Amino acid sequence: MSQQATGQDLDALYQEIILDHYKNPLHAGLREPFEAEVHHVNPTCGDEVTLRVHLGGPEGRTVEDVSYDALGCSISQASTSVMADLLIGKTVDDALAIHTEFLTLMQGKGTVVPDEEVLEDGIAFAGVAKFPARVKCALLSWMAWKDATARTLEGQAS
Amino acid sequence: MVELPGLLPELEVVRKDFPILERSLAGGLPLVYLDSANTSQKPQIVIDTMVDHLERHNANVARAMHQLGAEASAAFEEARDTVAAFLGAPSRDEVIFTKNASEALNLVANTLAWAKGDRKIGEGDVVVTTEMEHHSNIVPWQLLTERTGATLRWFGLTDDGLLDLSNIDELITERTKVVTFTWVSNMLGTINPVAEITRRAHEVGALVVVDASQAAPQLPIDLAGMPETDRPDLLVFTGHKTVGPTGIGVLWGRREVLEALPPFLGGGEMIETVRMEGSTYAGIPHKFEAGTPPIVEAVGLGAALTYLGHVGMEHIHAHERAITGYAFEGLATVPGLTVLGPGDPAVRGGAISFELEGVHPHDVAQVLDVRGVAVRAGHHCARPAHARFGVQSSTRMSSYLYTTPAEIDALIEALHYTRSYFKVG
Ligand SMILES: Cc1ncc(COP(=O)(O)O)c(C=O)c1O
Repeated sequence: MSQQATGQDLDALYQEIILDHYKNPLHAGLREPFEAEVHHVNPTCGDEVTLRVHLGGPEGRTVEDVSYDALGCSISQASTSVMADLLIGKTVDDALAIHTEFLTLMQGKGTVVPDEEVLEDGIAFAGVAKFPARVKCALLSWMAWKDATARTLEGQAS
Repeated sequence: MVELPGLLPELEVVRKDFPILERSLAGGLPLVYLDSANTSQKPQIVIDTMVDHLERHNANVARAMHQLGAEASAAFEEARDTVAAFLGAPSRDEVIFTKNASEALNLVANTLAWAKGDRKIGEGDVVVTTEMEHHSNIVPWQLLTERTGATLRWFGLTDDGLLDLSNIDELITERTKVVTFTWVSNMLGTINPVAEITRRAHEVGALVVVDASQAAPQLPIDLAGMPETDRPDLLVFTGHKTVGPTGIGVLWGRREVLEALPPFLGGGEMIETVRMEGSTYAGIPHKFEAGTPPIVEAVGLGAALTYLGHVGMEHIHAHERAITGYAFEGLATVPGLTVLGPGDPAVRGGAISFELEGVHPHDVAQVLDVRGVAVRAGHHCARPAHARFGVQSSTRMSSYLYTTPAEIDALIEALHYTRSYFKVG
């Protein structure tokens, strides 16, 4: 289908929550300690994120910190902020479940009803799913987090 | 309508030639297409010519003995004549059809690695490109120099977005085998001094490869009319930016150079005779056209260049300059907007990249799109040029022969709206 957007969709895309996170991102900056640092880019537009993950707690299964340095559009910046706020303090298993939920929402082409219990501010991205070109923006840091977490878990195992 | 000197006098008639300009977008908004540097729209005559070819003349070229084959071959070769005339090429055999500009550049870079004798690029040789190139004129040369042990060097840019030629004597030396650069920058709009750089490169015996992907759509080109010292040795462009279809590009090369280079792809059509022990190759242009070519695309390109010829490249150039000047005036009224590249619209091509303070280019393009204004956001395949100016990405408007001053007004109005939408300023 062609990507036809109206003014209404624009407001659905740029929810207040998104613009707030864009202007005042949470947990921004790169911090110590961390077990893995990754750098992901969106090759079509050049948006990029450097992201660090620190796992701690019992058996290292808690997301103690997600810190980042990101350059990009409002959608990618806000998504990074929302993600960090959602995932910090969760167990890795819970965080991965939230990741899956967010991914399902973004890949649902606007048909998935988001669960606010799980995604909290993340539900604001429901409108992004209707803009195929922007889904990648919203997912950039989520993919980076998953990559960094996988590397950290690999490091623990070896 | 605004009266601007240089504007195509028959602009409304020209617009009627492009059916897509009549469609509307979501919400019934008219289309304001300002992304022609990315790809241009197609006039009815190109669409009709291609349909007619498929409906009436379709056959393979060069290898079919029947009437349709003769017609298809004639149409294909006629397209080559049209391209040769469009470029003012000294000989029609010097025109090679490729898939696009990228393939043409890769053809040159690869065959230079495989060449024997003088032309061969190897260890110790230098290839010079520039910091304002499209990735298509950087990466093939990186691949070439990495594989052969040659060195890749490049011209930097001045703060004003021009090529910095101050170290030309350090870059173009006896070791320099190739100098390649874009005629018109797709990001900065800069028009580069082809004759001056080519002359200097020829003094050291280097080959000059010009990327005319953005020049061919908007500047008159007359290769045969250039003094030999100033004429590039190889030049490429891509069909879809010159109101032609996708899937077709052009490599023009000086006969002696093309004859000295080995084949690029092997296959049907590029051979003279094939024996299991080895083959001999066809002469140019067929030596570089292995396999069934993009026939209907070439025919469409021929129709496109004929169309541009009827409008007149001089007139199109004047139109682009008028629109660019008008856009510069409009953009200057948008607070927090900075144009990248040369500040004088008179010396630019029809692409204008800019930044809008406080709003990321993606978000600018998104809001403009909802207003029916199509622009490009990102690094426009010119990441090094963006890095040079310390920006990660930009928004780019690009006009063409069908662009009206009213469309520029719509862009400017939408930019003001974008600022208010994002509550900046
Ligand atoms: C200056 C320049 N060179 C090369 C290209 C590549 O053209 P194509 O993608 O058709 O090969 C483009 C356009 O994308 C361009 O603007």
